[in-house]
Amino acid sequence: MAIDGADIIKAAAFLGAGLSMGLGAIGPGVGEGMAAAKACEAIGKNPKEAGLLTRTMLVGQAVSESTGIYSLVIALLLLFVV
Amino acid sequence: MSNDFQTWVNVAAYIGGGAAMGLGAIGAAIGEGYTAAYANSAISRSPNLSGEIFKSMLVGQAVAESASIFALVIAMVLLFTEFSSQSFLMIFVPLSAGLSIGFGAIGSGVGSGFPAGAACMGISRQPAMSAKLTTNMLIGSAVCQTPAIFALVTSFILLFTDFSSSPVSPTWAAILGAGLASGLGAIGSGLGGGLVAGASCDGIARQPKSATTVTNVMLLGQAVTQTTAIYGLLISFILMFKTFAPTDSIAAAMALLGAGLSIGIGAIGPGIGEGFTAQSAVSSIAKNQKATAEITRVMLVGQAVSESTGIYALVISLVLIFVI
Repeated sequence: MAIDGADIIKAAAFLGAGLSMGLGAIGPGVGEGMAAAKACEAIGKNPKEAGLLTRTMLVGQAVSESTGIYSLVIALLLLFVV
Repeated sequence: MSNDFQTWVNVAAYIGGGAAMGLGAIGAAIGEGYTAAYANSAISRSPNLSGEIFKSMLVGQAVAESASIFALVIAMVLLFTEFSSQSFLMIFVPLSAGLSIGFGAIGSGVGSGFPAGAACMGISRQPAMSAKLTTNMLIGSAVCQTPAIFALVTSFILLFTDFSSSPVSPTWAAILGAGLASGLGAIGSGLGGGLVAGASCDGIARQPKSATTVTNVMLLGQAVTQTTAIYGLLISFILMFKTFAPTDSIAAAMALLGAGLSIGIGAIGPGIGEGFTAQSAVSSIAKNQKATAEITRVMLVGQAVSESTGIYALVISLVLIFVI
């Protein structure tokens, strides 16, 4: 089994892509869940403001999502560009 | 040389068995301790109900225990099965099977403790609701156990599939990836499902009239938390049942291991986050039933956003398996 340097580098890139997306998905998942949790509680207390609260929740989650998207970008770069 | 193989297969089986039981014991112990802690504070609040609370604690703990019993079964199988040493691959099979159920039992064990603790507290608060609370606890914790069952299924399939005709490379990485995808992927969903079930027991005890709505929303919320564990199971099945062309490339093997790690680890966060969301939704609905429609809608929207990183992880896994 001949293993050359290029193959090992590719192997590391593929493993790195999996780790990047896997680990990177933990934080946004938990954080966005917390944001949505508080939005549910707030609407429970004040249902009239449901529209405003949903908008705030979505904007907040979008910001929280950004790190997940960074992970996705790095994973895709490792898979297809590097 | 075949003697050497046999040695390494045994080494792998014993390490796998140890990992299965060691990791698998973590969750159930924490969950049962949580239940017992709340049972104690419930009994101190209403000592005259101690019989009822004690019974509820034991039933709840028995459900939480089942996750670690799955791990025990796999550990026993790994210790006492004579694995054939026809192929180099048999070194990876017991290792992966042990890691799958070991990791997979953590979330379900902890998660099942939440509804049981909340049910104990609820009985001390509303003794008249004890039958309904026990039923709700059992439904909720049964859902918590499903991710551990996914991991168990993966372990059994790994142990009873004949890989001897598959090419060693890259199948070794597919075998390890399959175990890690189901095992790690079960952690978040088990934990998240437990948070929801705990909140629903709490809500029923505080507002008995809301019981039906609360149970329904609990099941809806839990169903969403389970989806990422199902992605993990899906990737496991693909890795176990797809036939891979033999290759000397280490890159092709690492792509399959990376696929398992991506969805396995990536499923943890959305599972827990969606659990937080449904937990708060259920307790808010218990307090304000009139807002059920709005809260359920926001819960589902919020969970969908939380799900997105899980879907990214699934996409990366699928790309690693099918495109690379």
